[in-house]
Order: sequence, then structure tokens, then C-alpha cells
Amino acid sequence: MKYMLIMRSTDEATAAFKAIPFGEVIEQMGAYNEALLNAGVMLAGDGLADSMTDNFVVEFTTETPIVTDGPYGETHELFSGFWIIETATKEEAIQWASRCPLVPGSKLEVRRVTDMSDFAEFADSDILKKEAAWRAEHEKA
Amino acid sequence: MTSVRRTLDALWRIEGARIVATLARVTGDVDLAEDLAQEAVADALIQWEASGIPDNPGAWLTAVAKRTAIDGWRRRARLDDRYRTMARDLETDAAGGEAITVDVWQPISDDVLRLVFIACHPVVGREAQVALTLRVVGGLSTEEIARMFLLPVATIQQRIVRAKKTLGAAHVPFDVPDPAEWPARLSGVLGVIYLIFTEGYAATSGEKWMRPDLANEALRLGRILSAQLPREPEVHGLLALMEFQASRFAARTTADGTPILLADQDRARWDRSQIARGTAALARVDGFGRGRGPYALQAAIAQCHALAPDVETTDWHRIVLLYEALGRIAPNPIVDLNRAVAVSMATGPASALLIVDRLASDGALRGSHLLPSIRGELLSRLGRIEEARAELSTAASLAANSRQRDVLLAKAAGL
Repeated sequence: MKYMLIMRSTDEATAAFKAIPFGEVIEQMGAYNEALLNAGVMLAGDGLADSMTDNFVVEFTTETPIVTDGPYGETHELFSGFWIIETATKEEAIQWASRCPLVPGSKLEVRRVTDMSDFAEFADSDILKKEAAWRAEHEKA
Repeated sequence: MTSVRRTLDALWRIEGARIVATLARVTGDVDLAEDLAQEAVADALIQWEASGIPDNPGAWLTAVAKRTAIDGWRRRARLDDRYRTMARDLETDAAGGEAITVDVWQPISDDVLRLVFIACHPVVGREAQVALTLRVVGGLSTEEIARMFLLPVATIQQRIVRAKKTLGAAHVPFDVPDPAEWPARLSGVLGVIYLIFTEGYAATSGEKWMRPDLANEALRLGRILSAQLPREPEVHGLLALMEFQASRFAARTTADGTPILLADQDRARWDRSQIARGTAALARVDGFGRGRGPYALQAAIAQCHALAPDVETTDWHRIVLLYEALGRIAPNPIVDLNRAVAVSMATGPASALLIVDRLASDGALRGSHLLPSIRGELLSRLGRIEEARAELSTAASLAANSRQRDVLLAKAAGL
């Protein structure tokens, strides 16, 4: 089973984070990532920039989508990084998620990543087939 | 199963190899190390049910196992000076909760790599190497291994016990191989992992044709090894091969478990992120600039399929070349048989039949369903229907997997 670990921040976490030397944060995260790699469970993972000049939000509230700078809003909604891990059981995913070296106030939201078996009844859908064909093309490029 | 048991199982998958490896380094005895670790797990089950799971359960298990070892040696130390020294070393090692916490966060140590090489040591037979690797490196229970291989628990148990006894009798040191032995020993380790994978990918016996759980264990072992030995091209080659092959899992059987052959698979169901990981692993191999070994070549062949939209547009000429290269560095009748299939796609069934007939006269694949099934396929494409039907029936009678047998019989009947 694949799980996505979604890192979310809070005001408390942001404050706690600033109190720690950045080198220490890098070192702890590095050790965590290395442990995931060494255990053969990590498939992907990256941090997300908080630079508002690079980020933007597309809102679909009107007929034409609106593009604005952001995301601002509540800090606890901010999604600051992710991992995708593959484990045999949910408990194993819980164990890994609990070991993440996050500062107090942080939150990890963990979601199972869907696979083909979740969409078995739509297996013959042309849209899904087209999407897969597009992905195949995309990877060749 | 209680929640403590489930947590313990999960913990064991994560920490088991490291705990056993740490204990094996100090005791110099894998068998004893595993017993000590299992004893700690049994203690944990009782204590955690009563008082809850500790904050750092991995450290708890290691500490308890070391404590048990020390107690055991204390008792024996009165009789033997050697044990006294060992007990003292262990005690220093286990001193202070702080040190243990740090220990848990050390990335997998060299000890685990030593454990991998011990489990795949040539004094132990291949089947036992597989069982021992899944048990001590993969952290699987004997029951789980037995279920995955559809064998009685007692059989697996016996293989593991015997393997450990053999290692003890041969005084195999708890260490990685010498440079002189390294290539052969590494190739042995890769062979064990790939054997686990292939048994999951195309089960040689039983009702089910695929056992993805077994294949996933092999992938995990492959990833562990590639993290441990990042400079070994063939480790990445094997990982790439397994990623490419596993990417087809969702497309390889119908909902009721009937196998679907490559040509008929719905390629939309292939796992694209897995193909991307295979591509990345193969790129790492090529990045060394030392050429492709047998696993990397097989991975490159699997990649040709993975990237082709369908059978017709597959680059069969390239696949033929890759098989030729593979056949030269790792001669094997199965490789020749696969090359024949690629030749039939690239230039037609007649030239492929020549290769297959040569293989048949060599007799190397006698008893395998593969040769007659491919020969039958080629004959049918050449319009020699009677001969084709006979070959496919022979193939069906030789297939050990019932799903495979059904496919061959259906094919023979459909001619």
C-alpha cells in the first residue's frame, strides 16, 4: 500500500521551527529520509517552497478560473512538503509517520494513495485510457 | 490480532533487521541474535498490553534483547572468561537510554549489510537462503513466508533452522565478503532477491499466477540494497528490472485471476510511476559509465516494452540486440528462447523457429513448458496447425501452475 505523508504547518510550528538552527533541521530531515530510503519504503518526497512570488492559486468559483498569488490564508492549511511511502500495512505507515522529526505543533496528514484497483469498475473508461496513454507519451519525452 | 500485536509486527518490519544485525555483531551468532530478538518481542507483547507502547519501541526492543543476552552471559560468565568479556562489551553498548535513542536513528548500519550477506551465504542452499533472507532481513514471520510460498509452516521452519545450524557449523564470520569474493557473493545476493521476485511475478506452482506481496518484498529488499550499495551498478539494474516488471501487475490478470499475456494487456493499466522509477534506476546504472550487466540488460529489455504503446510499435530489433548482448555475457537457454520470440516479432516466425529448434535439440530446456509453448506459437503463425496443437498440449501437460495450464489448453483448443 502506498501512503502520502502530507506535512502541514501551524503558527506554533512556524515559531518553533524558527528557534532551531536551520542546519539542525536539515540534518534531522536528512536522517529521516535516509532511514526511509534504507528501509526501502520511500518512493518520492519533496519540500514545497513558501515563496509567494513563485506560488499561486487557481480558484474555480467563477466561470473563468481566477489566478491569484498565494496561498495565504490560515497557516495550518499550508502544505509544506510530502513523502510517498510504500508499506505492507497501515500500522507500518503509522510507525514511519510517527518518526518524522517535526517540531511541536506540526501535523502530518496521511492519505492512502489510490491505485488501479480503486477504479476497477471504470477500467474500460476511455478517459482513463487516454490519460494513461498521455502519461506514457509524457515519460518518453 | 490485538493492536499491540499489529504495531509490533509493523515495528519488526522496520527495526527487525537492524536489531538482529546489532545483536549478531556483538554475539557473532545470527541464530542466537534472532532468538534474543524474538524473546524481546514476546516480552514486549506481554508488557505493552499491560502498560502501553513505549515512546521509542525500537530502542526498547534492542535494550531488552541486549539485557537478556547480558543476563544469559552473566550466568555463563562464572564458567567462562570469554563470556565475561562479551557481557562487559554488551553492557557498555547498552548503557544509557540516551545512547540507544541515538542508535535507533542511525541509518541502517553496515550490520544489516553483513546480515544480508550471511543470509545469502553459499554454504546455505538456495531455498534456505530465500527463507532466511525474508526472515532475518525482511522481518517476515515463518507463517508469512510459508503462506507466500504455499508451503507448510514446518517446512519453512526447518529450512531456517537448518540454515542457521549450517552457518554455525561452517563458522561463517559476521562480516561482508572480502574484495576477492565480493563479485560472486554480491551476485548470489542479487540472485536470491530476484528469485523471490520471480516467484511473486510468475508463481511456479499453485492456484494464483502472481503473488504481488512476495514481489513487493523483493522490491523492498532491492531498495534496501540499493541504499546500502549505491555504487554497485547491478544492484540498480536489478531494481530497475523489478520496477519495470512489477509495473504490469494490474494488467497481467483478469478480475478472476486468469493470466493476460503481454500482447493482450491493457497498457493503460501499467503503473507509470513505477516505470518512471525503473527508468531512473537504469539511468543510475548508465551514469557509472561501466556498461550494463545482466540485470541492467534485462531491465533495458523490460523498458522497451514499458515505453511501447503496443506490441506492433515495440522496438523489437532493439530487443533482439539486447538479448544477443545478454546471451553473450550470461549464456542461458531461457535468454535464447526469449531472443527467439523477439526475432519472431522483428523478422518473422521462420528465423525464430530455427533458434528454437536448435535449443530443442540441445535438450537444455527439457521438461519445461516454455519451449513447447513458444514452439507451438511459432508453428501456428507459420500455419502448421496440427504440429502447433501438439506442442501446446505438451506445454500444458508440463506447466505446474494451473492458471498457466488453462491458458495453454485454451490456446490449443482455439487453433
